[in-house]
Amino acid sequence: MAKATFLEAIRQAQYEEMSRDERVFIMGEDIICNVFGTTTGFVDAFGTERVRDTPISENGFIGAAGGAAMVGMRPIVDATISSFLYPAMDQIMSIIAKSRYIYGGQARLPLVIRSCLFYGNSNAAQHSDRNYSMFMNVPGLKIMVPSNAYDMKGMLKAAVRDDDPVLCFEDSTCWMSKADLPDDPDFLIPLGKGDIKREGNDVSIIAIGGAVPLALKAANDLARDGISAEVVDPRSLVPLDKELILRSVRKTGRAITVDPAHQTCSAGSEIAALIAERAFDALRGPVLRVATADTHLPFSPAIEKALYPSPERIVAAARQLVGIRQPENA
Amino acid sequence: MTDGQNDRSLEKYRRMQRIRQFEDLAEAIHAQGEIPGSLHTYAGQEASGVGACMALNDTDYMVGTHRSHGHPIAKGAKLRPLMAELLGKATGICKGKGGSMHLSDFSVGSLGETSIVGSGVPVAAGAALGSKLQGNGRVALCFFGDGATNEGAFHEGMNLAAVWALPAIFVCENNGYAVSTPASATVPVKDVAERARAYGMPSIIVDGQDVDAVEAAVAEAVGRARTGGGPTLVETKTYRYADHAVNMGRILLDRGGEVDEWRKRDPLTLYRAKLIAGGTAAALLDAIEREVADEVADALQFARDSAWPEQAEAFDDVFVDRLPIPDFITA
Ligand SMILES: Cc1ncc(C[n+]2csc(CCOP(=O)(O)OP(=O)(O)O)c2C)c(N)n1
Ligand SMILES: [Mg+2]
Repeated sequence: MAKATFLEAIRQAQYEEMSRDERVFIMGEDIICNVFGTTTGFVDAFGTERVRDTPISENGFIGAAGGAAMVGMRPIVDATISSFLYPAMDQIMSIIAKSRYIYGGQARLPLVIRSCLFYGNSNAAQHSDRNYSMFMNVPGLKIMVPSNAYDMKGMLKAAVRDDDPVLCFEDSTCWMSKADLPDDPDFLIPLGKGDIKREGNDVSIIAIGGAVPLALKAANDLARDGISAEVVDPRSLVPLDKELILRSVRKTGRAITVDPAHQTCSAGSEIAALIAERAFDALRGPVLRVATADTHLPFSPAIEKALYPSPERIVAAARQLVGIRQPENA
Repeated sequence: MTDGQNDRSLEKYRRMQRIRQFEDLAEAIHAQGEIPGSLHTYAGQEASGVGACMALNDTDYMVGTHRSHGHPIAKGAKLRPLMAELLGKATGICKGKGGSMHLSDFSVGSLGETSIVGSGVPVAAGAALGSKLQGNGRVALCFFGDGATNEGAFHEGMNLAAVWALPAIFVCENNGYAVSTPASATVPVKDVAERARAYGMPSIIVDGQDVDAVEAAVAEAVGRARTGGGPTLVETKTYRYADHAVNMGRILLDRGGEVDEWRKRDPLTLYRAKLIAGGTAAALLDAIEREVADEVADALQFARDSAWPEQAEAFDDVFVDRLPIPDFITA
């Protein structure tokens, strides 16, 4: 065990899985130069056949990862920023998500497509997408959005060993956060298993990716007001740990979803609908959604930040649900 | 040299100076944290952009990339709104919503500087289609890098332009690299220009450090486009001096002595020498440099003095009508 960052967790997971299984290889743009530090030392360890720089042709190489997976390889694609998945929508949506189904189970596509959510830093609208929810709307793609280094490592290793296509979304606001990372080569966190990041009784805050640290901060602030918040991290969105979410909401009777995606059709919206449908009787108020405003992300730092979820917005939502109580020491 | 030619030459020199000094200043204030986000500078490639744009009319269209501070300047854009955009101010050319990767001035014919690699090529083909349908004689010129020629969008746009004989000019600014990856590792033909053959399209390879040569090559392509001869692929061989993006500390690309080698063929130095050899007084060129320095300093002062955008601005321009502003913003 040693403390390491989220990015280092990605590196370790990839390194361990590539060492364990020769069928695993990695490709993407500028992998060898190693832009974000997730392939440090890989060429020396695995050679350029298994560590491949690609041309800037996402539809080509992401599609090729699907093809290689069909014949028994287990590719990891580093698509860098999630906005660059769009040129590959054709292959992701029509081939990778659907091949197993349309061919009646004859095809198997064990591949991982990694990309980061690169928002909050004046990257402007074309680079700031938080687009996992879009992919939830097509069956056949597993989707993980871990919120800390520990989960990242265990889940990415599980994703590489998974026999289905997995999209791994890496929230860049979590990149530098640190955790103790187990060095057990079989340390795995299965997809579809959520995690209670903080226990509480008054309100359930179901937070996704980079919203988890915000929710934890909000929970701290709420505790000072005498409100006990439970923070639920689904960790993967497909499959979704519905029981964990519903159990929490049945306990607290109140629910807020927090999602860095735009609100409309977000993962947070889907979870809110799930709660309304399946835990309605337990609810003491509406399910509230804290998400990014339904507008593009502007470049100017003066107007970008306010559009995202924040601890303040989560606290305000929780107070609204609980009925505003005065802080005990006030 | 006739006076007319001389005016043109001086204008080319002035525009290249504007780009270089704008980029030098942008890099300096980015380092101080005054420009947020990433900054992909155009220094080293000035002759390519200026030569190409000087071959266009004011009403012709142009599409650029993530590395496009130079393109609007080359096409004659005013510096104040560009610098204000870099600082994220309300007076910026995109009201502070686009930033460095989108310095698009539609008043000089830009249809966007788009930061998704390759995505501008179909836009240019479409603008050329519009010109053809409207019979207005305008052409559309698209700038993109060597790396972009591996994208599907590039090939689809090229094919469309060729098969419909659209008045388009595709200018590949081949600076040898896409981020850290040399073109030789991802482009299987020696010259990007060869790719035109697959579309039955003529191509020209030109020294991208020589502004007159670029202008002549693009003028030939423009002439063909305007007279119904269809598109051309022009490859300018050039070089960027800075790292891929100036704040990308992790890009550990060591280009060895390459940068110094290319600096020996700096497009501004080369052109200055050429003009002086042709009889232009050095003092005249010095005066241009000083005027440009004042212009660039004025642009920065303007940007600094400008207000930040209002929060409500974030909800404008998604559609023609402003979106409603959510409660959590107004509260
Ligand atoms: C579709 C897409 N993939 C990847 C990127 C990341 N990216 C930005 S610029 C760049 C390199 C572009 O190289 P080139 O086209 O040669 O232009 P240059 O930067 O050399 O001017 C890459 C890979 C992107 N912006 N868009
Ligand atoms: Mg290039």
